[in-house]
Amino acid sequence: MKRLKNFLFLLAAAPVVAFASGASVHLDKAPVNLADQDSLQRGARMFVNYCLNCHSAGSMRYSRLQDLGLTEDQIKENLLFAGEKPGETMTVGMTKADGKAWFGATPPDLSVIARSRGADWLYTYLRGFYRDDTRATGWNNTVFDKVGMPHVMWNLQGEMVPRYKKEGEHEVIDRLELAKPGSVTLAEYDAMVGDLVNYLVWMGEPAQVQRKQLGVIVLIFLAVFFVVAYYLKKEFWKDIH
Amino acid sequence: MSALQKVMGWVDDRFPLTATYKAHLSEYYAPKNFNFWYFFGSLALLVLVIQIVTGIFLTMNYKPDAELAFTSVEYIMRDVDWGWLIRYMHSTGASMFFVVVYLHMFRGLMYGSYRKPRELIWIFGVLIYLALMAEAFLGYLLPWGQMSYWGAQVIVNLFAAVPFIGEDLSIWIRGDYVISDATLNRFFAFHVIALPLVLIALVAVHLVALHEVGSNNPDGVEIKKHKDANGIPLDGIPFHPYYTVKDIVGVIVFLMVFSAIVFFAPEMGGYFLEANNFVPADSLKTPAHIAPLWYFTPFYAILRAVPPMFGSQFPGVVAMGLSIVVLFFLPWLDRSKVKSIRYRGPIYKIMLALFLVSFIGLGYLGLLPSTPVATIFAQVFSVIYFLFFLLMPWYTSIDKTKPEPERVTG
Repeated sequence: MKRLKNFLFLLAAAPVVAFASGASVHLDKAPVNLADQDSLQRGARMFVNYCLNCHSAGSMRYSRLQDLGLTEDQIKENLLFAGEKPGETMTVGMTKADGKAWFGATPPDLSVIARSRGADWLYTYLRGFYRDDTRATGWNNTVFDKVGMPHVMWNLQGEMVPRYKKEGEHEVIDRLELAKPGSVTLAEYDAMVGDLVNYLVWMGEPAQVQRKQLGVIVLIFLAVFFVVAYYLKKEFWKDIH
Repeated sequence: MSALQKVMGWVDDRFPLTATYKAHLSEYYAPKNFNFWYFFGSLALLVLVIQIVTGIFLTMNYKPDAELAFTSVEYIMRDVDWGWLIRYMHSTGASMFFVVVYLHMFRGLMYGSYRKPRELIWIFGVLIYLALMAEAFLGYLLPWGQMSYWGAQVIVNLFAAVPFIGEDLSIWIRGDYVISDATLNRFFAFHVIALPLVLIALVAVHLVALHEVGSNNPDGVEIKKHKDANGIPLDGIPFHPYYTVKDIVGVIVFLMVFSAIVFFAPEMGGYFLEANNFVPADSLKTPAHIAPLWYFTPFYAILRAVPPMFGSQFPGVVAMGLSIVVLFFLPWLDRSKVKSIRYRGPIYKIMLALFLVSFIGLGYLGLLPSTPVATIFAQVFSVIYFLFFLLMPWYTSIDKTKPEPERVTG
């Protein structure tokens, strides 16, 4: 038994050792709330206005936005600008080759970006752009160093500049400071990015709200079924000793 | 004679329907003392059915084409009615298959279910396990995400480590110099037709062999030694209705766990569906960290634990292969007088505990990036893994066993 305990201890020590090597960027917690339809609608509008010029969402149909409480007419009037039909998917005119030529990398499709990157990463990334004149776009990012994407929402957030601190031998970015204000305050900008990320999370899997609702019903059904099956088994087995 | 009896009589004159029903259900006598661990065989069968049925429906909308595969999965998730449910049942089913199969195999280790006269049941079982691993590996390429692509790349490259013919062998498997559309097409064919056929056939012979010799039980004693005047084992009860009603309870509990995952955590924190697999496959962008899915990681850890020799990864590949091949010999490695852990001595119990810790430890280490310290742990665990089998003839014969009871105990 003692040997077993020693091994369990070694096993418990393993992750400490293994994770000691990799450094990670701090991510801010994204305010995701899929029950907040107003936030999702604002996020959808931001997505169409700011993202959907270069990034596609090729698996997402405009008509699916009805799940967010929008009517088909509202979608047509507010979100369709180039003669798309509501049943179509969110594509962009820019070709992959153009994207590669203009930004150094094709802007990725955003249909499931929240599932690959995670909400917190997106929330931190979209608030992490800062001025960097060494970059072709003039922008760099705290969580995605040397990113090809320029700061699309700079006129909202304004221009951020980095403040450095010493960490061992290296200079690392401590925080960003507002150098030139944008059209909204930083708190308002955070809230807007929060809405956008909320929408991206929803868009990653539009069925997820329905999925959880159905899950509750399924589990209740199984719980009732369990009681029935349990007593059925007991009844059959009462003469087995 | 009722109409139903007439029909049954007509069929029975031409096909052994009633005889088969009796032999495998109503007059198949199973020991009455099955415990918790005996649910997992029927649950594995349930998961196989779930995988086949959901798989059929996925195939109706999935496109095995490098240009379309990734998007077709998202199409299923969004535009196909109940597509998301079918897909999550299939992806969760893959992992849950391994959960129940691992528990089922561990049951065999605890109660000596592989011992004479059940050697063939065990061997068919190991073959099922191998086929299942192949099936899971082939299926994981189909969503055509980054992990699908690079995971397949890593595994197929293992074949490239075979001396002399390796390079040609890996090209022959891929049908190309890299994982490509040709690879996706053939993996699809194997995943939806070839291996399911093999699996079903193996499950059938596994069950036929089981019903020929009868089930083992937690006491590891043969119930056929004590029969009544009609030749029915005294400790046996008809599988139907006793174990069918009992297994329904197990099925419901299993479905509750299964549904909790499908409906509330289909990604299972990245263990069942990896975040990186939501990025379409890109042959030019290697992910920083490629980990196989959790059910392969023990063997992946053994592979990495063996250092390259003469500039070749082949020894690691051999070790990984042997770690599974050794399972086939288990029935002949065990020399104990008793089958069940209940009557085994302390040495076997310690060895089994060490084996369990090593297997889980290897599984955990296989998920992590390789570091020098992790490699040392993996090497220790790998050695224990093999010693459990290789020293078994010795330690099971010197172990102090307790006398087995004549009849099963409650």
